[in-house]
Amino acid sequence: MSEHPEHGQGHVDHGHGDHGTFGSLMTGFGLAGILTLIPFGIVMMEPDWQPVVSIGIIMGLGAIQIVVHLVYFLHLNRDSEEGWTFAATIFAIVILAIVLAGSLWVMHNMNANMMPMSEENMTGLPDLPAGAEHGGHGASHE
Amino acid sequence: MTMIDSPVTGPIKGPEGPEHHPDHHPAHHASPTPIGFWIYLMSDCVIFGTLFATYAVLGYSYGGGPSPKDLFEPGFVFVETALLLFSSITFGMGMLRADKGDIAGLIRWLLITAVFGIGFIAMELYEFHHLIHIGAGPDRSAFLSSFFLLVGTHGLHVTFGLVWLFVLVAQIRMHGLGEANRRRLNTLSMFWHFLDLIWIGVFSFVYLVRLV
Repeated sequence: MSEHPEHGQGHVDHGHGDHGTFGSLMTGFGLAGILTLIPFGIVMMEPDWQPVVSIGIIMGLGAIQIVVHLVYFLHLNRDSEEGWTFAATIFAIVILAIVLAGSLWVMHNMNANMMPMSEENMTGLPDLPAGAEHGGHGASHE
Repeated sequence: MTMIDSPVTGPIKGPEGPEHHPDHHPAHHASPTPIGFWIYLMSDCVIFGTLFATYAVLGYSYGGGPSPKDLFEPGFVFVETALLLFSSITFGMGMLRADKGDIAGLIRWLLITAVFGIGFIAMELYEFHHLIHIGAGPDRSAFLSSFFLLVGTHGLHVTFGLVWLFVLVAQIRMHGLGEANRRRLNTLSMFWHFLDLIWIGVFSFVYLVRLV
């Protein structure tokens, strides 16, 4: 993995100075290609199973492909920069999980707890033209 | 601030402090650029995370307008994905040439990478133009606003990556592959692979999941 003859750093691994080998690049390419083809295949073939199964497979393979890119293309490992690269990545993943799960949770809760809109509420909205009977009509303003 | 401070200035191992590396030769202290750039990429990742969250929340608010199944073509997105993946591989090939000190080979692979990148941006611009032309622009619905914001932010990143790539090719042609240009090449490589990584989330979560 350490192809730095001009530096002569021996065992010292400086992480991102390490660009892997042709073999690891092609392994990453092969894995990424397969992990890209399967989800597109699922969407184009329109299989018989429930949509939720397809969504689960697509999201799962996407997560695996992100790991493949991190390992084979970005050469992320626990040792580069004394582990700080890895620590920063874990921190970013934690923040992402909080932002994504938190947003979905809060917004779903808010939608679920909204007062149901009745016809008279809708006609009272300032956006709608006076006398609009149906929400669907008002929503298609251009 | 703790996120930026701790990896660089905080205690690394035990009570010796940041400057003390018992296992490393002091003369080989690594440049802080890779870890600093990696932390930038992670903060960029959080930006994209908030845009993905926005899309997740607003992506079903069509406002009586078109839905993803009316607008997205899996074949078109597949070609975009292939272009970006190929560009990642050709950049990796270029990095292998750079390790061998082959500047001509490096520049050749970088320019091939740029061709794939320009193809990707051209397809994205075509898609945006087409959507706006048929009245499905970002002002049509909350779904389309969040779609244009997320995909457009990614496209802007790729565009700036291309600008960076051409500037770097010019610099390598003028000054060769010295310490500074090698560092710039390494960070651009991280940036480019990172953008391909973000695109995995885009094609999975923005396009494919909504076409099932």
